[in-house]
Amino acid sequence: MVSAPSTYSSAPILEGSDADQLLRVSLGPQHPSTHGVFRMNVVLDGETVVSLKPVFGYLHRNHEKIAEGVTYLSSMPYTDRLDYICPLSNNWAYASAVEKLAGIEVPERAEYMRVILAELTRLINHTAFMGFILGDMGAWGSALMYAFRERELILDLFEDLTGARMMANFMRFGGCRNDLPAGWAEKCSVLVDDYGPFLDEMEKFLVGNEILLARCQDVGQLPKETLINGGITGPMLRAAGVNYDIRKADPYGIYERFSFRIPLGDKGDCYDRIMIRFLEMRESLKILRQALDQLPDGDYVNPKIKIRNFKPPVGEAYARIEGPKGELGFHLISDGTVNPYRYRVRPPSFINLTLLEDMCLGLDLADVVIILGSIDIVLGEVDR
Amino acid sequence: MIAETEAILGEIRTALPDATVTLLKNPGPAAQHSLLIGNDDLLRVAGFLREALAFDLLSNITGVDWPDAKKADAIAIHEGEGMPSEIGYLETVYHLFSTTRRIGPLILRARTTDRDQQVQIPSLVSLFRSAEFQEREIFDLYGIQFTGHPDLRRILMWDEFVDHPMRKDYVAPDDYEYEPTPHDAVLEKARKHYPSLKDE
Repeated sequence: MVSAPSTYSSAPILEGSDADQLLRVSLGPQHPSTHGVFRMNVVLDGETVVSLKPVFGYLHRNHEKIAEGVTYLSSMPYTDRLDYICPLSNNWAYASAVEKLAGIEVPERAEYMRVILAELTRLINHTAFMGFILGDMGAWGSALMYAFRERELILDLFEDLTGARMMANFMRFGGCRNDLPAGWAEKCSVLVDDYGPFLDEMEKFLVGNEILLARCQDVGQLPKETLINGGITGPMLRAAGVNYDIRKADPYGIYERFSFRIPLGDKGDCYDRIMIRFLEMRESLKILRQALDQLPDGDYVNPKIKIRNFKPPVGEAYARIEGPKGELGFHLISDGTVNPYRYRVRPPSFINLTLLEDMCLGLDLADVVIILGSIDIVLGEVDR
Repeated sequence: MIAETEAILGEIRTALPDATVTLLKNPGPAAQHSLLIGNDDLLRVAGFLREALAFDLLSNITGVDWPDAKKADAIAIHEGEGMPSEIGYLETVYHLFSTTRRIGPLILRARTTDRDQQVQIPSLVSLFRSAEFQEREIFDLYGIQFTGHPDLRRILMWDEFVDHPMRKDYVAPDDYEYEPTPHDAVLEKARKHYPSLKDE
């Protein structure tokens, strides 16, 4: 029996005659299966979870306050560090919020470049996810190594284009920072062609894997209505069969021009969440193929846009994109000066954790790790 | 698709004639107008929007600090009746979407009476679970008291922390890093933050 320090939140479940039979476990913050500095105060009855309270803030640096003190463009490199697996999606979400706020047009070529980069980012995120979730199931290393091998090929493309593997700082208000270097589109095209066989191979190992089936099926499902009410978005929501993808439901950029489908799950358990991401990657490849074939010539950034002393008109704007992890939104309020009056990030990882306790109650402690893994969080975004 | 704020305002007025709802115009190119809801009617209006108009996804809640009420009036302009507040206040902005009708954002606002004493806004957790952590975050960073929230604790800052760091008049302390011999400018800044230090 571990006695908890007095600062622990006491869940009501602990009051009663059986209270001394319960075990309190502090899971994290330094633990490979928490995907960063994240802690859960878990109360166990034997192996069964009776209460689970997430504890946040170990990586909190008040990103939003910092953004209020600098110019609009100065926040762009900082958005890379929110969800550091997917910097280019973050760039796009922020740029589109500023574009909405200031009414800026984006040239066609830049829109295509953004779609290509965002879909490559989705591939990176979902591929890395496969490695991480298998790590959570005990297959530590091998799956991650294969996933990171493919991720590295995409990061090479990013490095050619932006100069950085991860911290891209690439989007600008009204376009992108620079044009595609010579031969980049061809290299990207080769990668897109080669990615399908890799997915086939990865899927073959996973779909019928006995351990994966035993650990993931019928674990962590919740009713559709509860998920929507809890603000869950992205693959998590679609795994439960809710047809809600912002690329289709509230199209931004030029997604209306591409033909692709929204994969939907059936039960919404951890197995569906893994398989949904496989199917999404295949749809991303379709979008990439179309975008690369249609890529037009022209400006990569709106030439009229002013970089120095950029002041959007007074007003506010909320813009959102379908990030790899869910709805990534930025809410900006401008008072007409060079700094945003209010800069708010709507982080998908943070809000997707709202129902973590509901998913875990009544299950074993080992299932908590899988469920947390299937939510796919990044602490840079959760804690901001 | 952007929700037609005026049309929705009409539907709210028809269904809930006694609710305090004011249309606020957004002067910027985004033209995302919002509805200012009286605190006593917030739960009723949000419940009506969820049940009757299928706004089932409360996606985002933003906390905003307005020490200068005039500034807020320039960004969200009052239309017609309703007098804007004279003194500064704290505000929450809600972005609602409908997953079935695929419209949004519908933007709601709620405001506290002032910034110090009457900082209560009703919690929406009973209607939307997605408000749970976001309201805790706003309580933590802005100090808005959400009445009816089941578990209103700090979430990003640690429990012992005093003050609310996202407020516009917040002064960052100087003791977040170990300073072996605090002196001159550092001490001066620390005195500003902790007036009681003067006595020592």
